[in-house]
This record gives sequence, structure tokens and C-alpha cells, in this order.
Amino acid sequence: MAETKEQFEPKIIGFLCNWCTGAASDLAGTTRAQYPPNVHPIRVMCSGTVDPVYMIKALLSGADSVMMGGCHPGDCHYVSGNYKARRRVAMLKQIFKSLGLDDNRVWARWISASEGPEFAKFMNQITEETRKQGPSSMANDWAI
Amino acid sequence: MTKSVTLSVKDGKIREAVNSFLKELFNKKTIDAMLVPLAHPAGTNVVQALVTKAVFVDKADVFAPVMPVNSARLIQSITRLTTVDRKTAVVLRPCEMRALIELAKLKQVQLDKLVLIGIDCPGAYAVNNYPKFAAEKKSDDFVKAGFQWAEDTMLRTGCQICEYPYPLTADITIGMLGLDPSKQILIQANSAQGEEILSKAGMSLEIDSDLAQKRQTAITKFAGEIKERRKEFFEKTKREIGGIEKLSKVFAQCIKCQNCRQACPVCYCRECFFISPTFELDADRYLRQAEKKGALRMPSDTLLFHLTRMNHMGNSCVGCGACEEACPNDIPLLKIFQLAGSEVQELFSYVPGRSLEESLPATAFKEKEFEQIGEK
Ligand code: SF4
Ligand code: SF4
Ligand code: FES
Repeated sequence: MAETKEQFEPKIIGFLCNWCTGAASDLAGTTRAQYPPNVHPIRVMCSGTVDPVYMIKALLSGADSVMMGGCHPGDCHYVSGNYKARRRVAMLKQIFKSLGLDDNRVWARWISASEGPEFAKFMNQITEETRKQGPSSMANDWAI
Repeated sequence: MTKSVTLSVKDGKIREAVNSFLKELFNKKTIDAMLVPLAHPAGTNVVQALVTKAVFVDKADVFAPVMPVNSARLIQSITRLTTVDRKTAVVLRPCEMRALIELAKLKQVQLDKLVLIGIDCPGAYAVNNYPKFAAEKKSDDFVKAGFQWAEDTMLRTGCQICEYPYPLTADITIGMLGLDPSKQILIQANSAQGEEILSKAGMSLEIDSDLAQKRQTAITKFAGEIKERRKEFFEKTKREIGGIEKLSKVFAQCIKCQNCRQACPVCYCRECFFISPTFELDADRYLRQAEKKGALRMPSDTLLFHLTRMNHMGNSCVGCGACEEACPNDIPLLKIFQLAGSEVQELFSYVPGRSLEESLPATAFKEKEFEQIGEK
């Protein structure tokens, strides 16, 4: 890699629930909260709709981290989508661990529609932590 | 409490004794049909057959060390459109039985009118190794040599590290573990249906017989030992394949034919996502994907395919090794899928095929679990 760690700009794909984390991102925007632009959002109707295949695909095609943003447990618009999403994330992280892949690059966060500042804070956190981890080795391998 | 009868084996002829028991089920009209492994006339394979005439049972060879396909898949095909309308016994190895239970939970098989007969399994060789075995030996020799999962390195990898070589759910078990099968075999009824059939076949059931207890003791002892062996095996596997570089190397020879998925009994979708229009990209999309890293391996998404499969069916992986058998390029799929599979199963305290009542982890949740996920 030509980039040094300091210059390295992490690419992060975020799957954001329309009803909560996605709405929180809007709120963060309209209230002009400052946060880094590294997370590329993909809006979904519920965290429960995100098949792990999309998170894996993002990691294998160049993302340095992926995140899933959903409603707080108990608050899912569709009752239990986020509980199921939580199991899927747990499973994905375990499979990564089992295979010696970096499960720290898989994130989840429950942020409600009113938590604009929380959202901005989290964007800072995931960007900085990913920066610390450096470029993902999965992201660089063309031959997988 | 166990209910069983002892089958005495004359002159060490195990296959004959088992076949005459199976035939008796037909003759006493306890069943109308049977899915059972029959010796292929060529002598080079033993294949499942759906039998409706008792005379064919003479060709049965249920302990022959070969398992061409995981029969759960066959039962899926048979009951795909309707349930069977006649009492049909299915004689299965333990991993086939467990896959069947998983498919039932996934609503991909219909168990109505099926009688589940499970065997204590001494293991199987690869289909293309079987002719070599069959040229010199018979299944009786194999069974008499005892259970050698740890020693016989010609056995399929899955058999060498099999955690449950005895049926976990069966109406009737043909048991040998801990016994001397050249003298006696245990026929155990594990359900009301099993009891009814054995009684109807004129067998009087004994409660907690010495033989049944002996087998149970052997199972308990085995369960302790296999945990250790599997632990070692998985640690070794992690050293061999752990990390993106080694994984990339393992799958370097994958041609993405998807035979592994086709053979896997618990890869249940009728149309796989990976052959769906999602993966029918136009030229521009391919080129844009290539631009991301400067080069795109073709066929694309090889590792994605395997990692996704693990996420979709890892909880149900029964370790039968059908995937590895089906691979044209000898990719060691069994150990990879069992490693990931058994560790996610542990995460959910789930044993695939243990019970019909246990819900699939992906369809259930608890409010209080994995609470570190999604919090700061
Ligand atoms: S059977 Fe082997 S070559 Fe074919 S897709 Fe599976 S791992 Fe790849
Ligand atoms: S992944 Fe392989 S070992 Fe596991 S159930 Fe499927 S075919 Fe059997
Ligand atoms: S609607 Fe937000 S997680 Fe289900």
C-alpha cells in the first residue's frame, strides 16, 4: 500500500435502518453536527432485512469496516427485526473469528431517530478505530 | 428407560441378520415401503433405493462403508410435492437423520408416515475408494473390525471426527456401539411408533436390557473422548486455514461449480441466491467491480459464496462431508464448514438434528442475549 496509516482514509459501508439510525443521520445533518464522511450509508427498511451476504460482500470488495445500524432492542418498527439482526451479526462475527478473519471490522449500533449527536459520535468512533486498524487485508486481495 | 430387543447374529453374519430383521418389517406388514441402501449389482457401490417388494431387502447392505449422497436430500425430493401416503421406513445413517430433522424444521421435507430407522454408524469411505474396499472385503469384515473412526485414515474426514455416530432421533435404532455385533445387535424402540412397529413384527420388548445399558455406557464414554479429539482437530484446522491469506490459498482451486452446495443436505433454498439474477451482472457492472481492486477473479465472488453459505446453513451443518465428497478439486470443505459450523452452533447451544422441537437459531431470539453487540 502506498498510503501510510496516517493518510489512510477508511472506507466503511453502513446499513442504516430507515426508522432509527437512518433518521438519526438526517437529524445529525440538519443540526449540522460534525462527523467524518467515511461511512457510506445504505438505507434499509429494518436492520432485520440485512442478509450477512451484503456485509461480507462489502468487506470483500474493498470496505475496511461494515456497520449495521438499527433501532434499540425492543423498539424495532417491525417488532423483532433487530433481535434477529443481532443474532446474525453475532453469527457473522463468530464465523470470522473461527476462520481467523478480523471480526472487529463488523460493527453494529442501535441509535434511535432522536439521537443525532449519538450518531455523529459513533461516526467518529468507527472511523477512528478503523483508521487505527489500518487497511483491511480482505479488501486488498483480488484473488478471493 | 429403553425398550429393546436383542437380535442374535448367526455365524457372525451381521448383514444377513440385519436384513432378515428389515425383511420381517415388510413380511409382518408393519410397513409398505422402505428407503434402504442396496448393493449395486456392479459391486462397486451401495445406493439408496426405494423398495416396495420385500425380496429386494436381501440386497440391503446398510453397514457398507459408503454413502454416495446424504439421503435427507432424497427424502426431500420424494416428499417435495406431497407427503408419502403409505408407511415408509427410511434406513439412515446418523448424519442423514440429523439433516432430515433440520430439513423438517425448514419445511423442506414432510415426515408424515415415515418411520425413521437409524443405525450406529461405523463410518464410510469416499465413493471412489469404495470399489477398492469392496474388491477385498465385505461390510461384515468392516463392522467386525470395530469402530475405528480415529484410526482408519481412509475414512471420510467427517467420519473421523464425527460427534454423533449414533442416531439422536429415530423411531427404531439398529445399535452396535459397545456390543459385539458378530454375536448380537440391539434393536431399540425410541418412540411410540417404533414400539408399535416392533410389537406388530412380533418382537417382545425388554426394558433396560443389559445390552441396551452396555451400549449407553459406550456412548457416554465416546461422547467424552470425541470432544477432545474434535478440539484438537479444530485447533489444527485453524492453524492450517486461519486468516485471509491461507483461506485464499485453500479456495484458490475453487471453480465455483457449486457442487458442494448442491450436495449439502441442509443447503435448503430451492433457488440459491448465488444462481439468482443478483449475480447476473451486465458487462459494465463486472468492469466496475474489477476497477475496485484493479483485477477481479473470475468466476467472481468465490469466497463470498463460501462465507455466505456458512452464514446461511452453518447452524444446521451436520458434518456429513457431502460437500467435500462433491468437490472436483479436493478442497477440504468438511473441516472448514465443520469448524465454523460447530463454533456457531456452540454460540447458540444448538445441536442440528437433536430435536424437532428446538427452533433454528436464525428464526428465534432472546431479548437478553448478545448484549455487547450494538452497545458502546
Ligand atoms: S464443489 Fe469445490 S470447486 Fe465446486 S464450488 Fe464447491 S468448493 Fe468450489
Ligand atoms: S456443509 Fe458439508 S458437512 Fe455440513 S451439512 Fe453441508 S454437506 Fe454436510
Ligand atoms: S425497524 Fe429499525 S431495526 Fe427494525
